[in-house]
Amino acid sequence: MNRSRFDFAVGLFVAIGLLAMAFMALKVGNLAGFDSGSGYAIEARFDNIGGLKVRAPVKSAGVVVGRVESIGLDAETYEARVLLRIYPNYRFSKDTIASILTSGLLGEQYVGLESGGDPVYLAAGDRLGKTQSAMILEKLISQFLFSKAAETPAKAP
Amino acid sequence: MSAYFIRLISALGRLVTSRLDRLGLAARFAGLLMVSLRIALGRLSLIFREVYFSGVRSLSIVAVSGLFVGMVLAVQGYEVLQRYGSAESLGVIVALSLVRELGPVVTALLFAGRASSAVTAEIGLMRATEQLAAMDMMAVDPISRVVAPRFLAAIFSMPFLAAIFSTAGVIGAWIIGVKLIGIDDGAFWSQMQANVDVRIDVLNGLVKSIVFGTSVGLISVFEGYFAAPTAEGIATATTRTVVISSLSVLLLDLLLTVMMFRGLS
Repeated sequence: MNRSRFDFAVGLFVAIGLLAMAFMALKVGNLAGFDSGSGYAIEARFDNIGGLKVRAPVKSAGVVVGRVESIGLDAETYEARVLLRIYPNYRFSKDTIASILTSGLLGEQYVGLESGGDPVYLAAGDRLGKTQSAMILEKLISQFLFSKAAETPAKAP
Repeated sequence: MSAYFIRLISALGRLVTSRLDRLGLAARFAGLLMVSLRIALGRLSLIFREVYFSGVRSLSIVAVSGLFVGMVLAVQGYEVLQRYGSAESLGVIVALSLVRELGPVVTALLFAGRASSAVTAEIGLMRATEQLAAMDMMAVDPISRVVAPRFLAAIFSMPFLAAIFSTAGVIGAWIIGVKLIGIDDGAFWSQMQANVDVRIDVLNGLVKSIVFGTSVGLISVFEGYFAAPTAEGIATATTRTVVISSLSVLLLDLLLTVMMFRGLS
C-alpha cells in the first residue's frame, strides 16, 4: 500500500469523524440554541421554587423564550432569587407575572411568563414584581385537610 | 514454623516490590516517550500510517457496535419509559448514555481489543527478532521511530472513533424508536436537543475519549516494548495489554465521571 492510499484513507477517516462530531454538536446537542450570554437577565423572587433547576426553560404561551441562569437564596428575606436570561428577540412588559409551572403531571418544572399591559418593557437587571411560587403537593394536601376540617366542625358529645 | 512465616512475608514483599518495579519502569518509559514526542511529531507521515492501521481499520467494528448498542438501548429504554408515559424521552436517554459514557468507554474497550493488542504484538515481535536493537545500532531511536507514532495514533484516533460510535448509536436508536416503534420524530430530536448540552455532555465525552486514548496507547506500547522476547512472552504481553487497558479505562471513567458530572445540578 503506497503513501497516497494511506493519506486518502486517513483523510476519509478524519472527515467521517469530524462529520460525526458535527452531528453530535448540531443534531444531538443544540449548538445553534446554545447562546447563554446573549440576551438579557431579569430577576424574579419566589417564596418557594419547588424543584426548579438551573437551565430549565422559561416559557411564555408555551414558547421557550429563555433559560434559568442561576438560583440563589436571599440571605435577608429568605426568598429564592432566580435569574432568568431572556433571548434578545423577546420583550415583556414591566408588570409581567412569573410563575413556576410543571410540564405534565410528573414532568420537569419551568418558569412561565405572562405579559401584562404596561407599555414599559423590562430591561436587563429588572426585578419582576409579581410571582407565583411552585405548587408543593404536601402544602396543597394539608390546606385541603384543614379546610375540610373547618367545614365540618366536630360534633360535641 | 518461623522459616515458613519468613517465606510467606518475603513472598508478599516480592509481590509488592515487583509491582512497584513495573510501575516505576512504566513511569520512566512514559517520561522517555514524552521527551521523544517532539521528534515524532516532526514526522507526521509515520503517525498517519499508524492512524490507518489502528484507527481507520477499527472504523467498521466501532460503527457497527455503536449501531447495535444504540438499538438495544432504544428497545430497553422504550420498555421502561412507556410504563411512565414518557416514551418521547427515549432520545434523551439514549443520547446522554452514549455521549457521556458508552461512546468513549465502549470505543476504548473495542480499541484495546482490536488495535492495541496488535500494536503490542508488533512491537513485541520487533523486540524478539532484535529489530529494535538493530535500529539502535543504526543510531535510530526506536522510541521516537516505532513507539511514539503508535502512541500518538491512539490518542488521535480515539475521539473520532468515539464520535462515530455515538453518532451510529443515535442513528440506531432513531431507527428502532422512530421508524419501528413509531415515536414522534420531532419529539425525539427536540427533547434530545433540549437536554444534551454541547459543553457539558459532548465536549466532556470527547475529553474522556482523549484520556482513554492516552492510557490505552501508553499501555500497549509499554507492554510491547518490554515483552519477554519469546513466543510466550509476546502472548502474555498481548493479554496483559487488553486486560490492563480495559481495567484502566473503566477506573479512569469512574474518576472522570465523578470529576465532570458530580454536583452538576
